[in-house]
Amino acid sequence: MKLSPDETIFWQHGFFTINLTIVTTWAIMLVLVVVSALITRKLKTGIRISRWQGILEILVTGINNQIKEIGLKKPQEYIGFLGTLFLFIVISNVFIILPWYEPPTGSLSTTAALAICVFMAVPFFGIVKSGIGGYLKSYLKPTFIMLPFNLISETTRTLALAVRLFGNIMSGGMIVAILLSITPFIFPIVMKALGLLTGMVQAYIFSILATVYIAAAVHDSKSTDKKEIISTKKQED
Amino acid sequence: MDNVSIIAVASIVTAGFSTSIGCMFPALGEGKSVSTALSSIAQQPDAAPTITRTLFVGLAMIESTAIYCFVVSMILIFANPFWNHIISNISK
Repeated sequence: MKLSPDETIFWQHGFFTINLTIVTTWAIMLVLVVVSALITRKLKTGIRISRWQGILEILVTGINNQIKEIGLKKPQEYIGFLGTLFLFIVISNVFIILPWYEPPTGSLSTTAALAICVFMAVPFFGIVKSGIGGYLKSYLKPTFIMLPFNLISETTRTLALAVRLFGNIMSGGMIVAILLSITPFIFPIVMKALGLLTGMVQAYIFSILATVYIAAAVHDSKSTDKKEIISTKKQED
Repeated sequence: MDNVSIIAVASIVTAGFSTSIGCMFPALGEGKSVSTALSSIAQQPDAAPTITRTLFVGLAMIESTAIYCFVVSMILIFANPFWNHIISNISK
């Protein structure tokens, strides 16, 4: 039994390997890029818009609202990263309705790459918001004793993000494979429908957690800014 | 028993135990959180979207502990590093 699509190898030369995960990832990226390029090629502002533009607007405003509800005041700065994460994971999990498709999120390398993206994005947005010093100060909160714990939580939550997505998608595929050998007629379809649901929920949770982490980094550094402003005002007074 | 069968027995038994115990307690926790969320939605239906969103995130966090146990047992059965080590030593 194959544990992940990494084990299906098409081409190998020394260090470089092209396996099923890479091929499907690039195919999904191609689908996303081509579809969004086709939709955004002729955007209209009038009353009558095309159907695809309607879908696009629903998606973008929905993601914007979700980001805003979590506490990031300007979602348009973050939707480029968070929305792309969400759409990529959703597309790769929902395409399991296609025959012979294996989701690339069912391989630990893909989910680890996505989690590392989140791991890099959190300090990036924090530094953009408040400078390097302001961001680094957020590690010393509430006291400097918490510094090692803050560092540990940074790394363990990245690991948890990766393993959570991988485990959910991989277990869905494996349950279908096991049921195919036991009761091959109806139950695999039911479990596949359940896999669609968990795929959507996991994509939602991955992007929500990424948003929460980024919001925490931005918010922490913003509150230090406020304190500094207040203290400088007091000095001026 | 030789080394190979000891490792096989230990891996299989541990895999079964880790999945079963690791499914029991997250299930209890999820049941508790869902029942609390349902009763609070019944009390305050206006807050249903917020409660549902928090519930989903919380459920995923709880469920991930069960998933960790599942991943450990999958590693023990299908990709056991000790097993691979022993097998490669024997074939030498």
